[in-house]
Amino acid sequence: MSAADNISTILASGARLTVPLAFAACGEYLAERAGTVNISVEAMMLGGAFGAVAGASVTGSASSGLVVGMLVGLFIGFVHGNLSHRAAVNTFVVGLVLNTLVLGLTSYLIVTGTFTGHQVWQVSVPVLRDIPIVGQVLFVERWPVYLLIGVIPLTWWLVERSRWGLELRAVGEDPQAADVTGIDVNARRRQALLWCGLLAGLGGAYLAVGEVGSFSQNMTAGRGFIVIAAVIFGAWRLGRTLLGCALFGLADAMRLALPALGVSLNSQLLIVAPYLLALVAMLLFAAKDREPRALGKAFQRGTA
Amino acid sequence: MTGEHSVGDADRMGRRLAAALNPGPGGVRVALATAVAVALALALSSVLVALTGGSPGRAVKALYDGSLANPSAISSTLLYAAPLLLVAVGTCVCVRAGVFNLGQEGQVLIGALAGAAVGLRLAVPGPALLVIAMVAAALAGGAWAGISSLMHRFRGVNIVVSTLLMTFLAQQLVSFAVNTEWLLQETRRGGATVSPQSNRLPENGLLGSFGEYPGLQINGGLLLAVLAAVVIAVLIARSRWGFRLTMLGLNPRAARHAGVRVAALSGTALAVSGAFAGLAGAVLLTSPVGTNRLQQGLSNNIGWDGLLVALVARNRPLAAIPVALLFGVLRSGGGFLASTGVPHFLVDVVKSLLVLAFVVPPVLTEALRRRREGRGAATDADVPAAEPKEAVAS
Repeated sequence: MSAADNISTILASGARLTVPLAFAACGEYLAERAGTVNISVEAMMLGGAFGAVAGASVTGSASSGLVVGMLVGLFIGFVHGNLSHRAAVNTFVVGLVLNTLVLGLTSYLIVTGTFTGHQVWQVSVPVLRDIPIVGQVLFVERWPVYLLIGVIPLTWWLVERSRWGLELRAVGEDPQAADVTGIDVNARRRQALLWCGLLAGLGGAYLAVGEVGSFSQNMTAGRGFIVIAAVIFGAWRLGRTLLGCALFGLADAMRLALPALGVSLNSQLLIVAPYLLALVAMLLFAAKDREPRALGKAFQRGTA
Repeated sequence: MTGEHSVGDADRMGRRLAAALNPGPGGVRVALATAVAVALALALSSVLVALTGGSPGRAVKALYDGSLANPSAISSTLLYAAPLLLVAVGTCVCVRAGVFNLGQEGQVLIGALAGAAVGLRLAVPGPALLVIAMVAAALAGGAWAGISSLMHRFRGVNIVVSTLLMTFLAQQLVSFAVNTEWLLQETRRGGATVSPQSNRLPENGLLGSFGEYPGLQINGGLLLAVLAAVVIAVLIARSRWGFRLTMLGLNPRAARHAGVRVAALSGTALAVSGAFAGLAGAVLLTSPVGTNRLQQGLSNNIGWDGLLVALVARNRPLAAIPVALLFGVLRSGGGFLASTGVPHFLVDVVKSLLVLAFVVPPVLTEALRRRREGRGAATDADVPAAEPKEAVAS
């Protein structure tokens, strides 16, 4: 294979590994802007992946499965929101338990049930797909990939331009002040988690019925945590977060592809790159005050 | 804290006992709600088993057979309970100080890594090797968590997030060590292939067991863990350090005004938590629960589960003892589930639902009470202990 082919192969693999991260990152980004470090994004992705395969098995349609996967993610977001931003259970506790629960439940159900493989159809744009190197990467993909074209600007618009997003950011920066102006702080945070669940579910669902075509135990394998790392790496800005996703997806693709190409690069280093970069980013950004000021802090009236 | 109140000692002990047994504000209501929630959790789990074609009765029987039915099953339960309890005791310390550590899983691994390095590389005769390995493990776990403390202290990095991210670093660090010949990977013998694991620790680096009854073996790790729970419980209840720790967790602002050095105390609390997790790693490595070799999967979620144990015990080290035993029962019994056709993953479902059943009712009761009484009635002292505040994050 020529060098261009190799590059194209790695890019294509990187793009496919980036897509689930990008969907979930749009959700996680919005949730974090509202002040929730949502670690159950892993559960949402895994639940979405399982829901998609289960839904596809029942309906016989991979695209319907995708919708079921999104609904599963949405439901996990609903549970998380109500436990942590209504019943006021510590959000990290809720996230941790949901991760364990969903991992256990999906592992259990995939063994006890019978599921058939389904995969959504592929889009292949004529002419454009013949562009060297990037043609195969951008114009030959499973159809849900192109949802990103809508999801990314929509997320940006919601956060940066809508009234709801303004309130969301207020809630993430200064919940007491937001509360005084009449914004229901915990309601906004619950809504942000719903959006996060929907998109993380979609990311997981894409992984299952888009990329792979089936579900396997612990299929997401920590991708949710990579998404969290991406949002931190992106300093809570959407563009940079997505850049982080692309970078981490590419690192993953290189880890998988390099041994076959005879290049030896430490695989542990590539696996750990997202977390390392996120930590470095936090150390650098901390002084610049980039993170939402109330990030990870629960809000209850009268306890500030 | 001095001896001047000696008259009321018995009375105080009684109150202390009552406080320890009291599940928190709104006592009876919370206890009832918890009982209902636990019943619900178990019912849901049974329904899951029944719906997927299994027999809940046989699953319970298998769990019992694998964990409590005979001396060897009990020994296995105790082997799992020991590291869980160690992690939980450490977690109690930091959550009490209002610092939430989410990196126990990584700290366990780093402890095991240090323990393995010492145990395999240091030529010390006799049980001294075990002691040195244990100390090294605790120090390494503490230092690993300490990095997060320092990043918070000097750069304001969120502790929960950094401890979480450091877990993945720890996993790859261990993976690197056991995949690299000049580090800890097992010695190649002739043309045999080597696995990503270390050599087996020498006999004098292993934890011994004690047991009068045939078959029942009480591992040294359990004694260590129970001792740790008692010591920390006494320190929290009786010492100046424990008092400051609790004050810091309940009201950081008041603690600061009272002269508590907040950064130093919360930083230490996190390091102590890491040290106990590291010690748990050494116990996992040196007790017969595994292969006595360092492997990437050695921690096997003991860190995450230990954190859950502390949450269910509501950050009381002594309450963590029975909870760790319960989690040990689930782990040990889970191995026997396969024979009934029920996947062992059921244990994870039961465990998660039980944690929710214990964690949600107190907080929910409190939230409802708060809503009923309206704002203003609630004071800082009423903040439920199960809800750690990120005390030092501001």
